Amino acid sequence: MKSHLKSLIEKDMREDSRKLDEHRKIKIEYGISTSAEGSARVTIGDTIVIAGVKMSLGTPFSDTPDEGVLIVNTELLPLSSPDFESGPPNIKSIELSRVVDRGIRESGAIDVKKLCIKKGEKVWLLNVDVYPLNDAGNLFDAASIAAIAALKDTKIPVVKDDKVEYKKRGTKSLPLDGYPVECTVYMIGDKLIVDPTTEEEELVEARLTVATYGNHLCAMQKGGVKGLTPEEVEKMVDLAVKKTDELRKLLK
Amino acid sequence: MTLTKRSDGRKFDELRPMEAKVGVIKRANGSAMFKIGNTQAIAAVYGPRELYPGHLQNPEKGLLRCNYNMIAFSGAGDRVKPGPSRRSREISMVTENALNSIVDLNQYSNAVVDVFIELVNTDAGTRCAGICAAAMALADAGIPMRDMICAVSVGKVEDKIVVDLNYDEDSAEKGVDFPVAITARTGKVTLLQMDGLLKKDEIKDLLRAAKKAAEQINKVQVKAIREKYEK
Repeated sequence: MKSHLKSLIEKDMREDSRKLDEHRKIKIEYGISTSAEGSARVTIGDTIVIAGVKMSLGTPFSDTPDEGVLIVNTELLPLSSPDFESGPPNIKSIELSRVVDRGIRESGAIDVKKLCIKKGEKVWLLNVDVYPLNDAGNLFDAASIAAIAALKDTKIPVVKDDKVEYKKRGTKSLPLDGYPVECTVYMIGDKLIVDPTTEEEELVEARLTVATYGNHLCAMQKGGVKGLTPEEVEKMVDLAVKKTDELRKLLK
Repeated sequence: MTLTKRSDGRKFDELRPMEAKVGVIKRANGSAMFKIGNTQAIAAVYGPRELYPGHLQNPEKGLLRCNYNMIAFSGAGDRVKPGPSRRSREISMVTENALNSIVDLNQYSNAVVDVFIELVNTDAGTRCAGICAAAMALADAGIPMRDMICAVSVGKVEDKIVVDLNYDEDSAEKGVDFPVAITARTGKVTLLQMDGLLKKDEIKDLLRAAKKAAEQINKVQVKAIREKYEK
């Protein structure tokens, strides 16, 4: 199976007859949770990821006293794949959390200063929790889209007497300006592909995640052992930029 | 005080609207979603597969292992901190006991059947919804079962016996929460817990109410399983 898939990719073909730079069908659904302040479900082919935002009041970090706090967390639920195990977060889920987190954080799309209520004392804490429900490959792109979609869907809850009124849905959206989106480009042999299936992921020798925002790149992460030439990096970035522009349109 | 109307306008013996679907997670050997009101559980079954650590292996019988978890944004109030808690571990255990009473794992030597239950949205009755989903997922995975299990939380709000408590009722002062799991064919109680103050005679009425509710739940479960396999 493995060598069959590999030889297909060498001939610019894929098992499900996609092009190398083509995603499976992507669906974004908003407001899938009644308990979260914002939520979304993203389906890419058979991969399903859900994300939710919980907002709470807390104290800011001492080095950023006038900024709200954004934390993205992912947990690779053992429910979603036979390869995931129960227990504390393993390195795979930590990397996924941090890559998605940085893509959003570094873009500055969320104006964290507007999430400050009282400098040094009280700010909004934004917890974005991302969970795969079925891992059929490419959790990176799915998690990134789900996280930003959940933030887009978020309404700031009303605060009364210093307490958050979770029961009523707020009316104000987050200070979110545009959508940072990530695309991960995978290298198999000397071919570049996007959106691998689980089986294709097993063939991957190197990958590069690129987050883009407006005309800028805002975060990158290389994964896998194989080294890349500068030309290869450029090619991967080019492809990622092209794809993130397409993905961003889905959020509109 | 006497309760004249439930907070969401339901009749005392009325369940919230239910939805069920089998085969929601492709990578699992069996899976199911069960939704009752705003409480939604997803269960996935993996296995029978080899059991690690090896000292847990039993050559005479496979092991059923359940894990109940609430995802971080599933609670109506604060974020639920990820990872196991005393509460979730206890619920995993009672769920395991309830399901163990109906599965037959004798043919799976040294193996484990893992059941993962995730609560994605909650409004009370989570362990019961989890068990309903898990039982369907086990059936979907083709694990030998002697019976089906339906679970529902009954209880008391003020002086009235009500079925399928929502969060407001569950957390009401002097309320009684009485989650029950019942086998569909033989009517055996395989999970029973209770929080609150109750008179001895009321147990009979609560169990009767649970049995009646379980019959309705079973219909939804069976229908969902048939929908997948009778296409």
